[in-house]
Amino acid sequence: MDPGRGASHRVGGPPDQGSTPPPDAPPPHAGRPDAGSPDAASAGAGSPGHTRPDAGPPGPAPPQEPAAGRAPDGDQDRGGEAPTAGQPLLSLRGAAKSFGAVHAIVDASIDLYGGEVHGLVGENGAGKSTLVKILAGVHQPDSGQLLVNGTPAVLHGPAAAQDAGIAVIYQEPTLFPDLTAAENIFMGRQPLRRGRRIDARRMRAQARALFERLGVRLDPGRICRGLSIADQQIIEIAKALSLEARIIVMDEPTAALSAAEVARLFDVAATLRESGAAVLFISHRLEEVFEICQRVTVMRDGRQVLSSKLAGLTADDLVRAMVGRQLDDRVTDGHHTPGDVVLRVERLTREGVFTDISFDVRAGEIVAFAGLVGSGRSEIARAIFGIDHYDAGSVTVRGRPLRGSSPTSAMAAGVGFVPEDRRQQGLVMDMSVQQNMALASLGRLRRAGLISSKSERNFAADWALRLRIKFGRLTDPVSQLSGGNQQKVVLAKWLGRQPSLLIVDEPTRGIDIATKAEVHRLLSRLAGDGVAILMISSELPEVLRVGDRILVMREGRLVAEYPHAHASEEKIMSAATGQLQEQAR
Amino acid sequence: MSTTLAPPREPPEAPADLSSRRLTERVFRVRETGIIAVLALFVLVTALIQPRFVSSSNIQFILVDTSVYALVALGETMVIISRNVDLSVQSVLALSAYLSAGLFGHVHGIPIPVVFLVGFGIGLAFGAANGLMVSLGRVPSLVVTLATLYIIQGIDILVVGGNEVVASSLPSGFTAIPNVTVLGIPWLAIAVAAVIGAGAYYLRTFRSGRELYAIGSNPEGAQLAGIPVARRVFTAFTLCGGIAGVGGVLWAAQYQTINTSAGGNNFSLIVIASVVVGGVAIFGGSGSPVGAAIGALLLGTINVALDVLGISSFWDQAIAGFLLLLAITLDRLISVRLAAALRKRSAHDGT
Repeated sequence: MDPGRGASHRVGGPPDQGSTPPPDAPPPHAGRPDAGSPDAASAGAGSPGHTRPDAGPPGPAPPQEPAAGRAPDGDQDRGGEAPTAGQPLLSLRGAAKSFGAVHAIVDASIDLYGGEVHGLVGENGAGKSTLVKILAGVHQPDSGQLLVNGTPAVLHGPAAAQDAGIAVIYQEPTLFPDLTAAENIFMGRQPLRRGRRIDARRMRAQARALFERLGVRLDPGRICRGLSIADQQIIEIAKALSLEARIIVMDEPTAALSAAEVARLFDVAATLRESGAAVLFISHRLEEVFEICQRVTVMRDGRQVLSSKLAGLTADDLVRAMVGRQLDDRVTDGHHTPGDVVLRVERLTREGVFTDISFDVRAGEIVAFAGLVGSGRSEIARAIFGIDHYDAGSVTVRGRPLRGSSPTSAMAAGVGFVPEDRRQQGLVMDMSVQQNMALASLGRLRRAGLISSKSERNFAADWALRLRIKFGRLTDPVSQLSGGNQQKVVLAKWLGRQPSLLIVDEPTRGIDIATKAEVHRLLSRLAGDGVAILMISSELPEVLRVGDRILVMREGRLVAEYPHAHASEEKIMSAATGQLQEQAR
Repeated sequence: MSTTLAPPREPPEAPADLSSRRLTERVFRVRETGIIAVLALFVLVTALIQPRFVSSSNIQFILVDTSVYALVALGETMVIISRNVDLSVQSVLALSAYLSAGLFGHVHGIPIPVVFLVGFGIGLAFGAANGLMVSLGRVPSLVVTLATLYIIQGIDILVVGGNEVVASSLPSGFTAIPNVTVLGIPWLAIAVAAVIGAGAYYLRTFRSGRELYAIGSNPEGAQLAGIPVARRVFTAFTLCGGIAGVGGVLWAAQYQTINTSAGGNNFSLIVIASVVVGGVAIFGGSGSPVGAAIGALLLGTINVALDVLGISSFWDQAIAGFLLLLAITLDRLISVRLAAALRKRSAHDGT
């Protein structure tokens, strides 16, 4: 209800003076100064009309380049000049949003002008998704100001955002699987006939017209369950078109699309731009950003660190702005020469999820899986541990093929698995610390078929001491422990089984720095003792610090492998975002 | 219309689209027709063994007996479609039956429609209470309605005590309701069928009806699409309560002696079983009240058939349970198979 709250701490830049966007001085942050240099920022949001002398009010801009004549190599700038003149269609300034103690975004600002495709890039967890949800009306910012067409706006909910002309295409399509494609497009806005009844025929005809405009063959009367992600994405796009939205937010729309589908999507984006709409395009694939965007905003740690015209920037500039931190010194101590192969994965494929994955993990070796969220890393771990089935390939542990595809047989073969989601999958939150620790070793603690609470306690006390777990009493519910200590309980649970292979998925997510370092040391020590470790992590410093070998995944495939000595954040990010292949060509 | 003159122009479809559509269509048709096939089979087998089963009086009995269940199943369908459940319908029905039929004793000459309105109103009030707690309190409906099932039962025992409404206090026009027939078909069954038809039409052709399906199909997506989820869920519960209230009045007209055991101990579960056997997905999003009504008819027919065949009524409940398991297993099996088949196909197409 108080849109001006965030503006009060900003000096200058009156919000209604839309023709001169505020200078957007980069906020104070710990990163390197070059990342958010004022020069770069002013290049985009600078004086009005410096890019196009004849820039008028945002409206149907003349098509600058015929959309059909798209150059085959994606390097060519598709849109021409960035139309920064005039008033932005949407402007978010100094937005902050916290969830409990987690600061999802701290100081996010973005200006979207009519007739532009605006790229938004950043690492996992930089705050992009939160920003999208603010624009969608799902979250209300704690502070900061949102201007739509130059007037302050408060989006109370998704319906308010739709009314304000904002359409959002989410990364995960939000379709209704039991309803038809046409109904999904027009839900809540179905064309009506006499008596406020839904005109199903007209609805299907309009849906068909939208699909024709998008150049796809989809049956509007088809139930959406079972549609490919790409087709689901198409329906979301058709929905945005039907809303006649002026601001279209696309949150990683290309993540699941094939090349032909991506090209089609880009044509749609170009058409929207030419009709004077603003498109916010979020993607991890930098080559796509360069292909269709005119301007770009980079976020890091919840802050805007760069907002600029794209022309003149290189992919390296963006990667540097995204990573933008001092390289942590690596923990190289205790890395031993690896022993025998413990885990061998050969040509593992789960169709539509990951393809043709082959790698080894040796005793005493830590192999780190890097890549973007959704690139298929966790899914591989789940397949190895037997939670998910796979369609082809084989998994061998200590020379013996792992068949049966069940966690029980994986555990019997000496595999431990610390899952990504500690609270949901790693622990039974209502059970005590000692019960949780003993959970995977119950067979060993059994006396005449019953679990002796004494041996359970001794077992737990022993491991709590070894891992330095801080707790009140062993009988306290595990939910009372801090996140770091909870994670140690999960580790203890598996270490108690003395696994020969330990798979850890995001082992330090949401854990404070000190405990994080402890977990890293622990993993190193385990490797020293001859355990083979497969670690999945989205935190590059962690990957670089802990991994003996780093495998990079992108879109369900292994795209790069670096030994510890030759890895760097830039290399990994490039491989994970698809820059590598481009350079190689 | 001139458009009908033009030949229907279907866009040429890719083979994958076509075959997957055929697959899904087949699946969804099976769910609707399968139950009718089972019903027909049951009637046929029973009639072969005991021809008396298909006598007109027996059929009339089955239709009347099923009517209340089918009517309450309409309200329950709306709730289940929105991925909720209402366990309290039997308590609402029992209390409404006693209070509304009791009016004939207290207010002399009260018109019958007014009694129906009172029953409807009592049901609406309890339904609204359920709806408020589920939609605003964000308490799972299973818990809320389990609680109100017992609370309303408690109120019923408190109000009714050892009393009962006896048949002699009811006007003959009221007690005749189950017996009136039109061309040999009970008038009650026709009226209930009409109401169910109207309910099905509403769910299919009005925005708020479709939005119930959307909510049940993907609650989070419904929120993101700007659907007033809380309001719709509230309305579904309120209507379900109101319909159960009317069901109570019909129950009174049918059984005429109303004490605390009106409705029976299993009424809610039989209604939910009818809905699920009738092809409404237990986790919402698909199904129709017509299917639910056929489900109720199937369970009612089995009940009478076993009676006619002289089989212990123990088997009645066992068979109902078996059908329920079959319906749910089939539902799971179909959706898992379908998802796997389509995932593989789109993976092949995508690359």
